[in-house]
Amino acid sequence: MSRPLVRIFLDRLVAALIALCVMVAAIPVLVLLLFVVIKGLPGLLTPGFFTDPPHPQGVPGGGVLNAIIGTLEIVGMASLLAVPIGALIGVFLSEYGRNRLGDTVRFISDVLTGLPSIAFGIFGYTVVVLTTHHFSAISASVALAVLMLPVILRATESALMLVPQALREAGLALGAPSWRVTVEIVVPGETAPLLFTAFGNEIVQSNPLQPMGALALTVFRNALSPYQNLQDQAWAAALLLVLLVASANILARLYVRRIQR
Amino acid sequence: MGKGTAERVAPAPLVATSRQRRLISGDDVFRAVAFAAAALILVIAAIFVVALIVPALPAIARFGLGFFIGRTWDPVRTQFGALSAIYGTAVTSVIGLLIAFPIGLAAALFLAEESGVRLLRGPLSFAIELLAGIPSVVIGLFAFFILTPLMRDDVDPFLNHTLGFLPLFQGSPSGYGYLTAGLVLAIMVLPIMTALSRDVIRAVPRALREASLALGATNAETIWSVILPYARVGITGAALLSLGRALGETIAVTMVIGNRNEISASLFASGYTLPSVIANEFTEAVGNVYLGSLFYLGLVLVLITIAVNVLARLLVWRFTGSEPMAT
Repeated sequence: MSRPLVRIFLDRLVAALIALCVMVAAIPVLVLLLFVVIKGLPGLLTPGFFTDPPHPQGVPGGGVLNAIIGTLEIVGMASLLAVPIGALIGVFLSEYGRNRLGDTVRFISDVLTGLPSIAFGIFGYTVVVLTTHHFSAISASVALAVLMLPVILRATESALMLVPQALREAGLALGAPSWRVTVEIVVPGETAPLLFTAFGNEIVQSNPLQPMGALALTVFRNALSPYQNLQDQAWAAALLLVLLVASANILARLYVRRIQR
Repeated sequence: MGKGTAERVAPAPLVATSRQRRLISGDDVFRAVAFAAAALILVIAAIFVVALIVPALPAIARFGLGFFIGRTWDPVRTQFGALSAIYGTAVTSVIGLLIAFPIGLAAALFLAEESGVRLLRGPLSFAIELLAGIPSVVIGLFAFFILTPLMRDDVDPFLNHTLGFLPLFQGSPSGYGYLTAGLVLAIMVLPIMTALSRDVIRAVPRALREASLALGATNAETIWSVILPYARVGITGAALLSLGRALGETIAVTMVIGNRNEISASLFASGYTLPSVIANEFTEAVGNVYLGSLFYLGLVLVLITIAVNVLARLLVWRFTGSEPMAT
């Protein structure tokens, strides 16, 4: 502590190192987005990209209509399954969860949160495909629903914790449908971006265990194909995915702002 | 007047009790539904365990625990072992964490500190959040077309030239392999590492930080001798949670790891990771033992991930006193 110049120098050095690391942290995002936009935009603007099914190799044109519909189907069905159940479990945790059952539920949800997405793919495969003996979109939806469940229930729980006791009792007394109350309370607050990050992942996490024509799978397959036009389509589909995630995020932010006002 | 009020108030309890009766019965239904939902997740967990173990049984019966140390992966002779995939998973995850840890920690210090450049904080938070939201397959696409040529032509030859005396950086670079996959994982776990460490650093009592500054310590000295020691356990937890995420990352890694069942000292060499074997070979696997071996790999992956995550959560929980949410 006796050499002020050295100490000041070290302080500045650490500040500079931190600033450097911060820039390094921001660079990948910017470069990545730049490339996705530049390489994906021409394909995205090609007529037929949104409205045509894929054409056989050699036939020019073709779009990703199947993949878009597949994605909407999978995400829609998964949300229908996961949101009400997850919200109800969240309600349970915050209203009746101060006991051993509540702790067990929290532990299971934490374990599920940490599991790799491919484990959910295996789950969907075993539960749906092996029991019904054919592949279907349902298996992807079931897998995604279980993947979403922990995020929804913890978001619901922490949102409900913030609700004043009096309001909670008033809500119960009014007999409002619990999932509607929760969904309307869940979205504002810190949890919303989290929830939508998860949604972003749902749009995406379709792994090759799921044979649906989802957008993510299109990106994966076309990227690895040797044909230039398919690779271009992969970039365009990637841009579409990023735009979907970004708009979900922006919608969430706008909604939060409206609620908070 | 007092009498009148009393008379007007008097019927009120009666109304309240009749409402209360209805409320109690409604509450009971609600309570039952909530409990049923909670029970449902226990059922799902049980099914999950069964769903992971049952399809792996043919391989478990055939190879037993020897699966963990088996190096062959030969569909023709139906001889399978997980060692090279376990090795690849460990190597790529460790590379990813080694890169993401210092950068994420620095970004977290920047985001959590009250002093410093305020102007940059918003954009940085936004960039990190954006990165967290970018689909895995999009990062894979970027890595496949942009990162691999860069690694093959510039980064790998440079490392080979300067650090080539180490076995790690020997051999001819193809652009695909452990190092590229590790770099991709670093990009992918950076948001988690940053967000969790930021929360941990924010949980350091303000009084401690201010006391250090008041004693005349510089910002750097405060970080080094007050904040980091105090937050050490929590930061370790954050790193472990990031590691847990890196272990299971599938698509992006599959696109750049090279997909070869080998164990090589060189980081330029192609390899395999647990999830990428499953993703890559699942559609072409035939026969109970081959398919079962893929599910066995899945089981190994899940067990490793759970162990890492439980340890991480215990650490973070012990530190902040609350469960980490941002995962």
